[in-house]
Amino acid sequence: MSTNHIVSSFDDDLKKLDNFIAQMGGLAEAQLADAIDALIKRDVEKAQKVIERDRLIDDLELQLDEFATSMIALRQPVATDLRAVIAALKTSSVIERIGDYAKNIAKRTIPLSQTPVVGPINSVVRMAGLVQSMIKNVLDAYVSRDGDKANDVLNSDEEVDALYTSLFRELLTYMMEDPRVITSATHVLFVAKNIERIGDHATNIAGNVHFMVYGHPPEGRRPKGDASPYTILAPTTEEA
Amino acid sequence: MEHMQQPEAVDITAPKVKAENCSVFYNGKQALFDVNLDINSGEVTALIGPSGCGKSTFLRSINRMNDNIDHCTFEGSIKIDGLDIYDADVDVVHLRARVGMVFQKPNPFPKSVYDNVAYGPSIHGLATSKSEMDGIVEDSLKRAGLWKEVSDRLELPGTGLSGGQQQRLCIARAIAVQPEVILMDEPCSALDPIATARIEELIDELRENFTIVIVTHSMQQAARVSQRTAFFHLGNVIEVGETNQIFTNPVDEKTQGYITGRFG
Repeated sequence: MSTNHIVSSFDDDLKKLDNFIAQMGGLAEAQLADAIDALIKRDVEKAQKVIERDRLIDDLELQLDEFATSMIALRQPVATDLRAVIAALKTSSVIERIGDYAKNIAKRTIPLSQTPVVGPINSVVRMAGLVQSMIKNVLDAYVSRDGDKANDVLNSDEEVDALYTSLFRELLTYMMEDPRVITSATHVLFVAKNIERIGDHATNIAGNVHFMVYGHPPEGRRPKGDASPYTILAPTTEEA
Repeated sequence: MEHMQQPEAVDITAPKVKAENCSVFYNGKQALFDVNLDINSGEVTALIGPSGCGKSTFLRSINRMNDNIDHCTFEGSIKIDGLDIYDADVDVVHLRARVGMVFQKPNPFPKSVYDNVAYGPSIHGLATSKSEMDGIVEDSLKRAGLWKEVSDRLELPGTGLSGGQQQRLCIARAIAVQPEVILMDEPCSALDPIATARIEELIDELRENFTIVIVTHSMQQAARVSQRTAFFHLGNVIEVGETNQIFTNPVDEKTQGYITGRFG
């Protein structure tokens, strides 16, 4: 909105909501980056730090909830203002979930650092890179109220899903070949799943941005590339 | 046998009040510009907008209250059930019985509660006996949600009631003549929140039987009581729509600016 409120403190409040989201989102972005870095480097200490830092996001979410609730009570926002408050409330809980997934990746880094490397860790890193840029773009779209940019994020999730599906198949083949890697492969699979879920949450935020800008949810179904729920891998060679 | 004129079938989907190209001038200065607005029966239409935007002028055009103002001229047409109320042969007194009005400040007559309600029906000859009049008074007070509070003091002056009660008395007075349309000009702005809530509850009940148009400066009130909202600005209707849409996703920038408090 180009023009300002007659009551200028209302604008300050809306700005503060955006700052909350930017701060939470920035933290979640960093948490994911650090979790992946710890995973690659088998850095248990760094993973521990990620686990501890998740609390910061949780605290911010609580603060935002309280602030947004009081805004509704005291300002009775309507139209774009109302949508901004609702979008902030919904987005903060999504970011909090993203933080939880990053924390879970960090947790799995600890057992993974004690087991041999399983094959497709590079694919995991690639997926994480894609998802990180989704988070960054969707936060930019959020703060700048850029509906087009949010729509781009909605469409980019397909690639993440496709990567996840191929990773899923790949990990299954490793496990079939050598049951000793099942523990670590399963952890990697969950790491990949967490990253895929973070991508989904980035699209949820994009939906909130869309709602905030246009006043209605995104139309149509967004493209889905995750075929893993339907995947069956049969052993290729008959064992005696 | 004499030819009987068939009454025209009433199309229930047609708007109850249809205003077309309405312009109003005060001393030649235009206050309302080509306003087109449909008002449906069975729902409350709220008119909102900053002071001087023409919403009260428009409201007062619907029962020709502006006729009483010197140098006020009206152009265009306002049809109620398809008949133009500005036609030369329209009886204005009869029109105002069909289109009742409730004002900002409760203005009961300096008479008893009973007489306040009975006055309209008596001048319009709606009752032929005392018992019939008693019935109209009781029914009107009940519909205005005031009966329980005043049934034992109908002979006391209406001006002795509380502000909220007085306003409900004025509503009872308006509905006693069985109007089709009720115009309300800021009916709650002189009332406390509890009395306001009672009036709002009453408005919601009344909309089943009456077509209601309300002018209000309280956007929250418009949002609470109306099904449709029209936003006026500088004598023009900027946007009309379902109240829900106007308050969650207005189309026009000016509407957006006004309801979110960005210009005044």
